[in-house]
Formats: sequence, structure tokens, C-alpha cells
Amino acid sequence: MYIIVVGGGKIGYFLARQLLEDQHEVLIVEQNAEKAAQIAEELGEIVMIGDGCEAATMERAGMGRTDMAIALTGDDEDNLVVCQVAKHKFNVPHTIARINNPKNERIFKMLGIDATISSTGVILGLIEQELPSHPMIPLMTLKGGGLEIVEVKIPPDAQVVGKPVKSILLPQKALITLIIGSDGQAMLPSGDTLIQAGDEVVAVTMLDSEDALRAALTGAPAPQRY
Amino acid sequence: MRVIIMGCGRRGSALAAMLDSEGHDVTVLDVDAAAFSFLPDSFGGTEIVGNGADEDSLRRAGIDQADAFVSTTRGDNRNVMAAQMAKHIFKVSRVITLIHDPIREEMYRSLGLRTVSPTKIVAHSLKEALLAEESAPEPSLGGSDALQGGNEG
Repeated sequence: MYIIVVGGGKIGYFLARQLLEDQHEVLIVEQNAEKAAQIAEELGEIVMIGDGCEAATMERAGMGRTDMAIALTGDDEDNLVVCQVAKHKFNVPHTIARINNPKNERIFKMLGIDATISSTGVILGLIEQELPSHPMIPLMTLKGGGLEIVEVKIPPDAQVVGKPVKSILLPQKALITLIIGSDGQAMLPSGDTLIQAGDEVVAVTMLDSEDALRAALTGAPAPQRY
Repeated sequence: MRVIIMGCGRRGSALAAMLDSEGHDVTVLDVDAAAFSFLPDSFGGTEIVGNGADEDSLRRAGIDQADAFVSTTRGDNRNVMAAQMAKHIFKVSRVITLIHDPIREEMYRSLGLRTVSPTKIVAHSLKEALLAEESAPEPSLGGSDALQGGNEG
């Protein structure tokens, strides 16, 4: 596959290295000549110096024949434009953007960027997971359909403690798929599985049912996500 | 009309001043508070420090009640991102954005954004001026006319 990566920072560099190992053809577009030289020294002549948002640069990079464009710069507006130009001017079949401000995920999705990775969101989520009390963590947004996988930790005072899964009034578009007990044992629940305090419940839910799901499982009003 | 103008440089501030003097309700948004010094003393609109390509800043600027949004910064990408937020998230009915790069301008216009390309306009005006000069009779090229032309550029 021919893959163009815009932005030669740390993520761009390590991604390119991995892709090369996997036998893909890779080109990194990087504005900073020094950074570009450094990458070229380590990974070979796979770097082009230029502004990846310029259509002329994209043309030279061969955007027209690429299978995938990945925008990884530290600026969301640049990543958005790289993907939009790739998609609409060069008909690139698959565009992926890094998002630095988690709030921007919505506009990227609305504008048809195929996949978004919120680096800040992912790191926050991972750290939150390690905190002793976390109400609900978005684990992953599923492609298309507005679904996501979340993890909810059951607080000791929740209404659902000691009750079977089938008795919980879940929002319509939510499903409990996995329960990890406080002993770390994971199990696929049946309707009769009893919920315990400290359980980590993994559920699939529509994005807009997220707050209702949290309320159903923790019995507490839903706080703001970010 | 309630208008939000993103970017208070020369162009943004000139537009803001014009609209304000014509009685419109104008809010200017700029990441740099120093930029507001471009506005005339008579400016009666609202000045807000913030990034126009950020939902929260747009909300603070009152985008939910705005009739129009114009992005005027030097950064094409910032301009189109903010304009698309105004149009798609906040459903502002009139959204206009500056895009300097003619290729990007054409593409975003085809995607339904109202765009203005300073590059095209300036190139066009320069060409018009040049051709007007060329077709003018010989004597007008000399002396004071030529000097005047130099000052305008």
C-alpha cells in the first residue's frame, strides 16, 4: 500500500518505521527541514520537505495514487485540511487524522474524515482507567453508526449492586458485553449474572445514550465528560 | 445583523469597523488581544480573546445567536475549520471565509462554503491596473501619474 503521512513528529516517525517494516511504501511530508533530514538519516529517503496542506505539495507527493493519507501534525486545523483536500481533490480512499483537542472529534466526523484518533483523549482515558474511582471511560469509538465502547465502574452505593443484569433498565441502544470483577476476572455476562460493587462493566452504547447508561449503572447524575 | 468576525488584523478590523458604523451588532474574535488596537476608537462592538477554531470560544462569542460568521485570519486552515464549525455545528446561516490559496479556495467553494480569495482579487486588480495603464495614451505615463501609482502600491 502507498501511504502518505503528513507531519514528521514522534508519532509520524514511529508510524512510518512500523509501516516500512510491514513492507508498505511510505512518504512523510514534513515542513521543518531539520526534522526531515533527521528522519531521512534514520529511515532513508522517504521524506519530502513541504507544507502538506498545499495542494501543490500533495501533487508532488503523489497524493493522487495514494491508498491512505494520515495527518499527524500538532494542529487540528492542518490535519482537517490535509484530509479534506486528500479526500475531495485527490479522491484518496482512506483518510485518518490525529485530533489534539478532543472536542474537535465531532466536526471531523461531520466532515467525513474516515477515522480520527484523539491522542489527548486516548491518554486521558488510559490515565483515568488507573485512577481508583472513575465513573465512566470511553474506551473506543466504533467506526460508523455512532457507537462506542465504554467502561463503567460500579460504585458501592449504586442501585444495581446485587441485582441481575436482566433487571437493569438500560437505555434502548446499550448492551452490557463484559464484566470484569474486582478480582480481575473477566466474564461474559448472562441475564442472571449479579452485578457487584467494584465491577468494571464494559458496554456498547450509542454516543447519545452514554449519559443514560452511566446513570443506570452508577445511580448518580451524569457529570460533564470533558 | 449579528456578525462574528474571526481575526482582527487589518482586514478583519476594517470589516468590523464598517459593519459597526452601519449599525450591525459586531463581535470580533482574535487570539491576540493586541490585535484589537486595529479597531477605531469609535468601535462599539464586542471584543473577545479566543481561537475561532474552537467550539467553546465560538460559544463565548455568541455563535448560537449569530446571523453571520466571517473568518479573516491569515491562516487558510484555521479559517476553513472555523467556518465549517459555524456552518455545520452551529448552523449559522451566512458563513464566509477568506482563503488565500486559490486551489484550496476552489475546492472549499465546491464543498459549499462561501469563499473569498484575496490572492485572486489582488492579482485581478493588478492586471486590470496594468492593462489600463498600457492602453492609456503615452503622456499620462510620465510625471505625476507614475509617482502616484508608486505610492498606491
